[in-house]
Amino acid sequence: MLEKMIFGRYVPGNSFVHRLDPRSKLLFVFLFIIAVFLADNTATYALLLVFTLLVIFIARIRLYFLFNGLKPILFLIIFTLLMHFIFTKEGALLIDWKFLKIYEEGVRQGIYISIRFLVLVLMTTILTLTTSPISITDGMETLLNPLKRIKLPVHELALMMSISLRFIPTLMDETDKILKAQLARGSDLTSGTVKERIRAVVPLLVPLFVSAFKRAEDLAIAMEVRGYRGGEGRTRYRQLDWQLRDTLVIILFLLLVAALIWLRGGN
Amino acid sequence: MKEILSLDHVSYSYESEDGGMRRAVDDVNFTVNDGEWIAIVGHNGSGKSTLAKLMIGLLFPEEGKVKVFLEELNEDNLWEIRSDIGIVFQNPDNQFVGSTVQDDVAFALENNGIPFEEMVPRVHESLAQVNMEGFLDHEPHHLSGGQKQRVAIAGALAMRPRLLILDEATSMLDPQGRDEVIQVVDELKRKTGLTVISITHDLEEVLLADRVIVMNDGKLMLTGKPEEIFAHGDKLESIGLDLPFAARLSRLLRQAGIGIQGEHMTEEELVNELWTSHFNK
Repeated sequence: MLEKMIFGRYVPGNSFVHRLDPRSKLLFVFLFIIAVFLADNTATYALLLVFTLLVIFIARIRLYFLFNGLKPILFLIIFTLLMHFIFTKEGALLIDWKFLKIYEEGVRQGIYISIRFLVLVLMTTILTLTTSPISITDGMETLLNPLKRIKLPVHELALMMSISLRFIPTLMDETDKILKAQLARGSDLTSGTVKERIRAVVPLLVPLFVSAFKRAEDLAIAMEVRGYRGGEGRTRYRQLDWQLRDTLVIILFLLLVAALIWLRGGN
Repeated sequence: MKEILSLDHVSYSYESEDGGMRRAVDDVNFTVNDGEWIAIVGHNGSGKSTLAKLMIGLLFPEEGKVKVFLEELNEDNLWEIRSDIGIVFQNPDNQFVGSTVQDDVAFALENNGIPFEEMVPRVHESLAQVNMEGFLDHEPHHLSGGQKQRVAIAGALAMRPRLLILDEATSMLDPQGRDEVIQVVDELKRKTGLTVISITHDLEEVLLADRVIVMNDGKLMLTGKPEEIFAHGDKLESIGLDLPFAARLSRLLRQAGIGIQGEHMTEEELVNELWTSHFNK
C-alpha cells in the first residue's frame, strides 16, 4: 500500500524536467496553481489538461505508474465528479431515470472541477517526482531569501526541513524496531476496539519520543562542535545553477497564461 | 615535541539527581604531544566522556586549565580552536547532519565559511582518505555503521584538523565496522602524523596507542605504554575493564603453571611464544 503511493515521492531520472533548477520548477508550479483558476470554459480546461500531459511526457514519467500511484486521489476526484452530477440542478435535463436526474450544467461543472483538481495534483506530483527533497529545500531557501529582511528565519526553516527529511528513514527504522520489541512482549496492535488500539499505540510512541529527543540532543552537540553558529557567514556546498532552460520554462509559463486569457470565455 | 593539548589539575562536577554534586573529573593532569596516539580508557561513569567535552569546550572546568594548542580554552577562542579539532561521537546516526555523504562532509566547511571552489576538492580528498570516495551521493540510511563513522571522520578531516578525538566512536559498531574504522585511523595516523585521542572501553583498540590513560571514578589511575598498562591486569579487571583475549589467556596460562615469559599483547605474540616454548626448556 505505502510503496505504491507516489504522492510526495522522488524518482531519480535524467529528463529535461529532472535537470531543471528547483527554483524554476517551484516558481512554475506555484504560479501554475494560481493560473489554473483562469480557466473557465472547455477550451481553457482542455488546454490545461493537454499541457499537463505534455509535461508528464517530457518528464518521461510512465502514465500507468503515475495513475496507479495516485489511485486514492483519483477516487477523490471521481467522488467529486459524481457529487456534481447528482446535486447540481441547472441547464437541460440529460438523463431522467427513476429518482436519478442528471443535468447538463452538473456534468459540465463536475468535469471542470475534476480537471482542475487533477491538473493541480498531477503538477505538484511531477514536481516532487522529479526533484529530490533536498533540492526542493534548497530552492525554497533561495526563493524565500528576500523574506529575511522581514526577519523570517529562512535558513533555519530550510535546515529544519532538511534535517527532518534526513531523519525520516532513521525514525521509521526505529519505529519498526520498537514495534517488534513491543510485539515480542505481547502487545497487540491489530485487534480490539478503536479505543483499545489507540491505547496500544502509547507504548510505541513513548519510547519513540524519548529516543527522538536523545537524538536531537546528540545532533545538536555534533553540529555545535562542527562549528555551526546559525546562517551568518555560512557558505553553501550545494550550488543552484539557473540556465537557459529555466528561463525557457518561465517564458513557457507566460505563453500558457496568455493562451488561457485569450481562450477564456470571460465574465 | 610540541604540545597539542594539556589538562592542568582539571576538575568538573555534575549535579546529581538528589541535588548534590558528583565529581565526574577529579584533579586530572596530562599532556598530549604532537603526533601521539593517546587512548583514554575507563569504565562507564569513569569520567572519560566528560574529558572529551572539556577538551572541545562543551564544558568548562570548575578548577584547573584546559589548554589546546597552547592556548587556554575560553569563550572567545572556542570556535577558532574547534575548527582545528575533529571529533567523532558514539552514535553513527545522530551525528550525520547532511542528507547525503558529500553534504555531511561539507557541513563543517560550510559552517566555517570555506568558499565553494575550495570545498569540492576538500570533500573528495577527505572521503578518499577514509576509502569512501565512491559513496558521494549515498544517503545515510543506506550505509552501515562503520561506513557512517568513516564519513564522520572524513567530515572532521575536511577541516584539516591538528587533533582528532574519537569519543567511543567504535562502541556501537559490529566487529567488521570497528575494524574498518580502526584501520582507517591507523592509516591516517601513519600517513599524516595526525594526533589522535581515542576514548574507548575496548582494550583491543588500546593496543594501537602510543600511550594509555586509565580513568577510574573521575581520577587518573594509570598512565603508560600499552604493555605497561596490561602488566597491571588485576587492577584493570578490578575496575571492570576486560583485557584483550591474548593478554588474558597468557595470564591464565601462567597461573596454571605453564612456563611462559612476559606479557603478550597480540595473539601472534602468544602463538609464537607457545610454539617455541618447548625448545626453550
